[in-house]
Amino acid sequence: MSGTTSTALRIRRGITLPLLLLVVWEFSSRTGLVDPRFLPPLESVIATARRELFGNDLIFDLLSSLARNLCGFLLGAAVGIAFATVLALSPLAGRLVMPTFNGFKQISLLAWIPLISVWFGFGEQAKIVFVALACFIPVVLNTYDGMRDAPADLIEVGRALQFNARQRFWRIYLPSAMPAIATGIHLGLIYSWLATVGAEYFLAVGPGIGGLVIAGRERFDMAMVMVGVIILGLVGFSLNRLAATVENHLLRWRPPRAA
Amino acid sequence: MSATAHLAIQNVTRQFMVNSRIITALQDVSLSVAAGEFVTIVGASGCGKSTLLRLGAGLDTGHQGEIRHRGEPVRGASLERGIVFQEPRLFPWLTVERNVALGLENAAVSKADKKRLVDEHLELVGLTGFAKAYPHQLSGGMAQRAGIARGLVNRPDVLFLDEPFGALDAITKAHLQGELQSIWSREKITMILVTHDVDEAVFLGDRVVVMSPRPGRIREIVPVDLPRPRDRTSAAFATVRAHVLQSLNGTTSARDPRPTPADATPVLPRPAPAIAVAR
Repeated sequence: MSGTTSTALRIRRGITLPLLLLVVWEFSSRTGLVDPRFLPPLESVIATARRELFGNDLIFDLLSSLARNLCGFLLGAAVGIAFATVLALSPLAGRLVMPTFNGFKQISLLAWIPLISVWFGFGEQAKIVFVALACFIPVVLNTYDGMRDAPADLIEVGRALQFNARQRFWRIYLPSAMPAIATGIHLGLIYSWLATVGAEYFLAVGPGIGGLVIAGRERFDMAMVMVGVIILGLVGFSLNRLAATVENHLLRWRPPRAA
Repeated sequence: MSATAHLAIQNVTRQFMVNSRIITALQDVSLSVAAGEFVTIVGASGCGKSTLLRLGAGLDTGHQGEIRHRGEPVRGASLERGIVFQEPRLFPWLTVERNVALGLENAAVSKADKKRLVDEHLELVGLTGFAKAYPHQLSGGMAQRAGIARGLVNRPDVLFLDEPFGALDAITKAHLQGELQSIWSREKITMILVTHDVDEAVFLGDRVVVMSPRPGRIREIVPVDLPRPRDRTSAAFATVRAHVLQSLNGTTSARDPRPTPADATPVLPRPAPAIAVAR
């Protein structure tokens, strides 16, 4: 029954809660239920958004954040897939490195910030390294698991057909790990966006949405903070949707899931 | 016959270590297969028939004794020896035509010829309309046909089939057996098929090799001198089938009085293989 739910209906259901929240927000600020300094009314948030968009450089901030995010994400994902492939396909490398890596991943990402700032400074380079690290970890874990789970019966078919190492990788290991790699990249995309904001918070202020939020806090302009938070949420939501679309396209060979 | 043996299996023994105990899967098995022959191997589970097939195909090599294909010792997999497994083992991320093309991945064939060969073999197994379909869109019988096309497309010298129809329903199975037989008689590829289905073994085989378990040995080789395509309902067919069944029943009842497999080792005369070689 849920399988036949139309897209329009799903969208209507999905936006019910956000709309309700907006109504509660508007109601409570209009009736003076909350202090407008802590929760500014909608119209002042909209006014601030217009000011930042047309008067200041909101678009430039957004593009700076996205560029940072993209650079870190691409770096982390590419290095992560290559690193995990070597670990998965070389049993010796896997046994040597995986225990250490499993310990390494338990360290909170934020704990790396002091080290990263000492090694890479407070500039763009340090931020990108931090974002890349955030993306690297889920990509490595998922890629590694995916490659290790390559079906033995297909590897045997490869043996019967005299596959060489290159063919085994491109024909068997990589495609069979694809669903897991897609999950890793999906997570990496989300983590890297969270890390982009974290880097902008904790490393030196530069152009970016994180910088916008910090500026709002310093000026006690909660409307500005709200604008920043809403944009962060919308970008995160869009990245998630984008990842899901790409994933579905890459994995179209899979049988459609029941759910 | 033995002089021109296409595939010669001589005194082959294969043992496995299971929980630090040695299990003898095959004991002193000899079989020779002529070019273009269709040999079926039938036996209860655990009789080593799949082990024998895998050794012949070169997918398993830890044996004693000798296996020669066209005079050359078998030391590993080769494109000259195709294999079709019980499960179709298609690559789920490739379309049917690209799955079949995998069989030509390492063959010295030009791109245009590859395309032509793949198309021909899809037609041979009746999957022309499904070239662009993904494996999950196929029924079990169609997927197995794609597996057979992949095994055949490279024109192997010998095709090994490991219970290829074991997982199919009776109607699909009978249909595919008929198709396999017509492919064999048209293409003249030597085929060795392992099955636990006596009907299938008698329907397809020039000779039916009956194996007995623990340790796996050849009990008897039954020639099937019936014209093809065979009529499953004919009296002659029933006679051969009864013979094979009786021989098989002997393998299961003979197992119990024998105290341990180890005691079976010194039994010297092994008439069945000798007859096979001298046929």
